[in-house]
Amino acid sequence: MMDYLLTEQQIMVRDLARKIAKEKIAPVAAEHDEKETFPWDIMKVMAESDLCGVYIEEKYGGLGGGAMELCLVTEELSRACGGIAICFAATALGTYPIILFGNDEQKQKYLPDIASGKKLAAFALTEAGAGSDAGAIATTARKEGDYYVLNGVKQWITNGGEAEVYSVIAMTDREKGARGASFFIVEKGTHGFDFGKKEKKLGIRASATRELVFNECKVHKDNLLGREGMGFIVAMKTFDKSRPGVAAQAVGIAQGALDHAVKYSRERKQFGKTISSFQGLQFMIADMATQIEAARALTYAVARMVDSGARDVSKESAMVKLFASDTAMKVTTDAIQVLGGYGYMRDYPVEKYMRDAKITQIYEGTNQIQRNIIALEVLKEQLRK
Amino acid sequence: MAEQNNPQECSIQILLDKCTGCTLCVKSCPFGAITMQDKKAVIDLGKCTLCGACVATCKFKAIELTTCKVQPKADLGAYKGVWVFAEQKKGEVQSVVYELLGKGRELANDLGTELACILIGEGMEGKAVELFSRGADKVYLVEDPKLKNYMDEPYTNVIVELVKEFKPEILLYGATSIGRSLASRVAVKLYTGLTADCTGLAIDKEKKLLLQTRPAFGGNIMATIVCENYRPQMSTVRHKVFKEAVADKARTGQVIKKSYPGNLYDSRTKLLEIKEEESATANLTEANIIVSGGRGLGKPENFKIIEELAKVLGGAVGASRSAVDAEWIPYSHQVGQTGKTVCPKIYFACGISGQIQHLAGMSSSDIIIAINKDPLAPIFSVATYGIVGDLNEVVPALTQKFREILKK
Amino acid sequence: MNIIVCIKQVPDTQDIRINPETNTLMREGVQSIINPFDMYAIEEALRIKEKLGGKITVICMGPQQADAALREAVSMGVDEMVLMCDRAFAGSDTWATSYTLAKGIQKLGKFDLIICGKQAIDGDTAQVGPGIAATLDIPQVTYVKKTEEIKEDMARFEKMTEEGFEVIETPLPCLITVVKEINIPRLPSLKGKIRAKQAPVTTLTAKDIDAEPGKLGLKGSPTVVKKVFTPPKRTGGQILQGDTNEVVNKLVEALKDMVVAAGKT
Repeated sequence: MMDYLLTEQQIMVRDLARKIAKEKIAPVAAEHDEKETFPWDIMKVMAESDLCGVYIEEKYGGLGGGAMELCLVTEELSRACGGIAICFAATALGTYPIILFGNDEQKQKYLPDIASGKKLAAFALTEAGAGSDAGAIATTARKEGDYYVLNGVKQWITNGGEAEVYSVIAMTDREKGARGASFFIVEKGTHGFDFGKKEKKLGIRASATRELVFNECKVHKDNLLGREGMGFIVAMKTFDKSRPGVAAQAVGIAQGALDHAVKYSRERKQFGKTISSFQGLQFMIADMATQIEAARALTYAVARMVDSGARDVSKESAMVKLFASDTAMKVTTDAIQVLGGYGYMRDYPVEKYMRDAKITQIYEGTNQIQRNIIALEVLKEQLRK
Repeated sequence: MAEQNNPQECSIQILLDKCTGCTLCVKSCPFGAITMQDKKAVIDLGKCTLCGACVATCKFKAIELTTCKVQPKADLGAYKGVWVFAEQKKGEVQSVVYELLGKGRELANDLGTELACILIGEGMEGKAVELFSRGADKVYLVEDPKLKNYMDEPYTNVIVELVKEFKPEILLYGATSIGRSLASRVAVKLYTGLTADCTGLAIDKEKKLLLQTRPAFGGNIMATIVCENYRPQMSTVRHKVFKEAVADKARTGQVIKKSYPGNLYDSRTKLLEIKEEESATANLTEANIIVSGGRGLGKPENFKIIEELAKVLGGAVGASRSAVDAEWIPYSHQVGQTGKTVCPKIYFACGISGQIQHLAGMSSSDIIIAINKDPLAPIFSVATYGIVGDLNEVVPALTQKFREILKK
Repeated sequence: MNIIVCIKQVPDTQDIRINPETNTLMREGVQSIINPFDMYAIEEALRIKEKLGGKITVICMGPQQADAALREAVSMGVDEMVLMCDRAFAGSDTWATSYTLAKGIQKLGKFDLIICGKQAIDGDTAQVGPGIAATLDIPQVTYVKKTEEIKEDMARFEKMTEEGFEVIETPLPCLITVVKEINIPRLPSLKGKIRAKQAPVTTLTAKDIDAEPGKLGLKGSPTVVKKVFTPPKRTGGQILQGDTNEVVNKLVEALKDMVVAAGKT
């Protein structure tokens, strides 16, 4: 095991998450995947273990860690189930706008319940016509006295319907284009806020993905995050912090698939020998392990950069999300190859890792968008010289 | 008295000049307390329990165990006879008692002494006849309405009084929930040794000592235990470990009735209710045939095929821990270290990989049949017959075949 | 309510493998864990405390390394920990262990309830719980599968038996031993783990507990291990070959007589 010089507290966090993954998640992962049921059983365990607030400040009931702790937990949970892990990580994504741009009252109001695991959160940006092109958002927020009135439909929102707290982006001033978007905290149960059907997905099927429907939904102005027009900054800064989390999910999924593949290769016998003794297979395992370690190293490096308070981490967080998710896709595909026909069967857990891995190349900005960001930053750097 | 002994400390040490670094002792230590440093054995005293396993294996007499000499606590010669606690429930003597009488008779013969039973309850006198026919020479009978059902304290009091008066050298109990709780309390009150779950009992004829052999670490190692300086030597024995004594109706014996002051029959705990459950709990440990299912069943509904085979064979249904943990079947069916220990005549393990904790609970079955699609499953290493295949096909086929043969 | 939980540190038998050649235990990398049955004892104590308030003390007899087991209990929510550690305790059988733990518990002052796991998985004796109760001369309820009611001075438990269960009422203080069915132990929490790292361990040695030296350790143990050996390996197994029909026929043929006989007894 590579030594990443984790602090004592980080080791504690990692070990506890690992224990939960092994003892609580692994036995139920296949069932939640098969039945597409939301893992409230695991969320309860997470809450009791104080893991929900690892990335939240101590004064709001958290552990006082940051992106690094978020990554460690997400990675370990993903090793057992990427779908269950995302219920935790998507809450972090929905919470970051409050952590980064919330005022003290907003933090006091929402963070303790999220830190204690009493409430889950969700992040709502994507719409039918606005995915990678976030400027095309059609949901509007009209100011009326002390309230904003939201109208529109958000699509494919992770934790949709299950979460209590939603960070929602809407246009407050269409004229200003990208500068006319604002972020709001909307609570489940607010009049005019409803959910569409639960989506059927290829992977991460334990997680819930739903439409959010806003129909003359009145949100008090106290729930505006930051100032009007700051919406895109909120979104971009949030993604900068959260992308290492997606990378961690990808690393965990890849590691979980490798764990299964290695175990299988030592048990499966062909031609009178375990298949792990064949060099062709050993090379595959070596490549998989190396790729995972590289992805993990980059993930931790970026998470630490985020936690150090670095101002601009757009390029690095795009890089880590891109690299780790592509690694996960490759490793999980190879893991199926190691298991051969068994790998393709649903009786074995490995095909699930591949299905779960795919989404990491898509959400929180597709890998094509990540490449855009990276290229743009690299070119800009050249200009500055 | 033991506490008046010279408080000489017990100790263990390696005689470095004799140690050849052969590592035999390292392998022999059941507690992993010995390591090699600079080609000499070193004992970690934090882990060592002074059990002496290493002393016995060392060919070079390089390990010295000083056990403090304990003066015999009592006049050992005054203790005579082999006793069996005749456990009864609802007035019925439990079958484990007859098994203990079978073994007890052998021990008594080897020692040239008598075999007796302790029978406690209400209206139990009629049961003495059966105990005599199974080999008992005497029955110590203590009856009182307060003793109708087993309770820890009064039963402990009665046995302690009987032992003090009649001084048996050996006292055996069934390793039932009653026997285990009772014997532990009696051992403390009498300050004597108790060895749990013995699978072997024999007499060292020279020393007239009871050699008690029992498994530890889930059956991975066996230990022979003696109780040299204290009396009686007490053991608990699991059901079905020994053969039942054959009844000889012609045999008779002597009933010795005792009664004690009423306060000895008092219990601080009160038994409010006895509930019997219509589950496999009871017949799991009693069953001659057990059919068990594990995670290999794939889904909880598949326990039906296990139940069907069990029904046709007149057996009980068992399960592995992972099937129980997945809530496919209640805990009362669990076989293994954290569940029940069973030793039926025939044990079917269907879709059970054979983790050590499962093997610990069933590996003493007479015949083990393993059905598993993974040819490498550890269960095959203990199986008498193994079938590598899909249990969803094999088990129903077996059920069908047995149904024909047994004409059910 | 003052609750005392007795725990033991044992090797994780899930990790133990048998070397097929030498038929001996392979202990490399075997971790030490809290005896699984004691986890149910800890959980039950936590649940009772959540209802009635009070304090939970966890006590363990063992080497210095057993400190890790105590800290794990604290990370689950136990308040205080006591380690009984002394060379004089080495070689204790169940009698001496019961005596030593009982003496240690007496030293801790007033208590209302002692909870033990039904047995330890390394020895499987189930003797120490009742042994402690007898030494302290308090009532016991063994194999508890449910706490029906518990108040300041009395409790009612369901005790598992071979046929079902019994409902038993007992005055407090008393000792219970618990079975797996009673609860599902919680995992430790982060805050608990952080507390466990810093919390002090009270260590009790032979001198601290006013014990009679002759009743401790190997010297105080009526039973002595004479010989330890590995049981003979089970052999003679055969894998039946053929298609489903064939193997089923072969098996039925082999078992037929036994099955018929078993049905008769």
